Amino acid sequence: MAGETLEFRMPSLGADMTEGTVLEWRIAPGDRVEVGDIVAVVDTEKAEIEVDSFDAGVVADLVVSVGQAVPVGTVLAHLTSTGTAGGQPVAPLAPSAPAAPTSPTGPPPPPTPPPPKSPPPLTSPPPTSPSRRQPVPVSTAPSVDGRAPGTRPAPKVLSPLVRHAAEAVHLEVAALHGSGPAGRVVRADVEAVAPRPTRRTPISPRARRLAATLGVDLAALGGQGSGPGHSIVAADVLAAGRSPTAAEAAPPVPPPPDRMRRSIAAAMERSWREIPHYHVATRIDVSRPLAWLSEENLRRPVRDRLLPAVLLLRATALAAAQRPELNGWWIEGSFRAAERVDLGVAVSLRSGGLVVPVIAGADRLDLDQLMARLRDLVTRARRARLRSSELIPASITVTDLGDVGVDTVHGVIHAPQVALVGFGAIREEPWAEGGMLAVRPVVHATVAGDHRASDWRTGARFLSTMAALLEEAPCLTTPPPSA
Amino acid sequence: MPDHATAISLILSAVAEVAPEADLAELDPTADLTEQLELDSMDFLNVVVAVNEATGVEIPERDYPELSTLDRFAAYLAERLPV
Repeated sequence: MAGETLEFRMPSLGADMTEGTVLEWRIAPGDRVEVGDIVAVVDTEKAEIEVDSFDAGVVADLVVSVGQAVPVGTVLAHLTSTGTAGGQPVAPLAPSAPAAPTSPTGPPPPPTPPPPKSPPPLTSPPPTSPSRRQPVPVSTAPSVDGRAPGTRPAPKVLSPLVRHAAEAVHLEVAALHGSGPAGRVVRADVEAVAPRPTRRTPISPRARRLAATLGVDLAALGGQGSGPGHSIVAADVLAAGRSPTAAEAAPPVPPPPDRMRRSIAAAMERSWREIPHYHVATRIDVSRPLAWLSEENLRRPVRDRLLPAVLLLRATALAAAQRPELNGWWIEGSFRAAERVDLGVAVSLRSGGLVVPVIAGADRLDLDQLMARLRDLVTRARRARLRSSELIPASITVTDLGDVGVDTVHGVIHAPQVALVGFGAIREEPWAEGGMLAVRPVVHATVAGDHRASDWRTGARFLSTMAALLEEAPCLTTPPPSA
Repeated sequence: MPDHATAISLILSAVAEVAPEADLAELDPTADLTEQLELDSMDFLNVVVAVNEATGVEIPERDYPELSTLDRFAAYLAERLPV
């Protein structure tokens, strides 16, 4: 209804989340907000999450200020509804014991997700990424060991890559002294003369902005932060802001354990402790879908190419829709089937660690849509730009380690889900058929199942459904079934 | 023919865009590229797309094996860059 006051409350972004802190407001009074717009960045004690809006309206006021920790459910801001339906296409559909009461002032806040879901997301973005540089033409400066210009610069003396890196910090290549073997200029030599940043530890851009807002002196923080690779993240700034004397404490302290690693450890420990796992595996001949894929990619412009991983994701999503016993959660002693397939996709991070964004309604998406979602999620997951609507609980998770080159993944289920689908690398293997031996591209697919919710026969049927989809292939390319 | 080093710069710029946290300065141009930088198939495709957008060069999938090291990738690209 237009004109209604809507409350934007601190969302629960994890069942064990008790409070959150607004790190940044992306809206101001008077701004128009559409469903899906990012309204704030919230620190949840585990990660920094971009919160997107379930409502459309005009911002009336901001109640909570940056840096203030408030309990989950606290009103953060008020919006005046503009009358467009506050539809929640990606509202979490996980079952929870108490349903959120419908507030007369507008759509209820998203229901609390069930107890710890998939491993919590990334804690901080990687060090500030360089803005896109124009290609730098590399000049042929004399090499540092005095070799005459014009002679072939041997890679061992100064590799073009180091030259590229050096030019990125605007240094004279010729002025560099090489301390490596045979006078090789190595990275340390570049850093020795480069304008030294105030600290060697990376600081996330968000941490910088927060420090400016809160008046925290970054130089006063300890040498290491709690983000991946010990980078300084917003949570470290918050902690320093609250207890300045702690930041000034003189003795060097050991670096706090990486927050993400701790979160993953806790989640995996719980899963392993509580869930009696069974594992089933099968080999699948993917020659047909791969042949289709390479033909299809030849026809498409580069940016529209599809990855084999997307075929595997689609097969998983379709199989989960057809085998609902593995698509849902084990809660309080019984299985609750999910209403749709919300596919968690395990994304590995170069800094180590894992984040699991979720593709909602994955079985309803065609290959192009899946590819676009996957690319978008993977890119943003790695840059810590995931949105709260992507952290809805997954109903089933897939971990595609095909790129790392293991044969088979024996997974650990992400509680409280009841299944985890794993794929190894796609490799040429001997394949027997009709008494003859051939060589085919083969993938090893596995299901880890919660033995309280199902038994290995259920897992086996799931795998054979998936195998049939992949081996027949045209099923993957036909439009998804209409709702 | 455009300089091998120009091609290297182009490729590194694409990689820096796709994987900004990857350590480029320690890269061995003669060793496997995706392994050193921990690029997966999505990253690699994004690099190919970035190179295409920067240069117009379209690299078909069947040529991916020729791009296994930075030097080989640069040689491949240098041959195809507009002069």
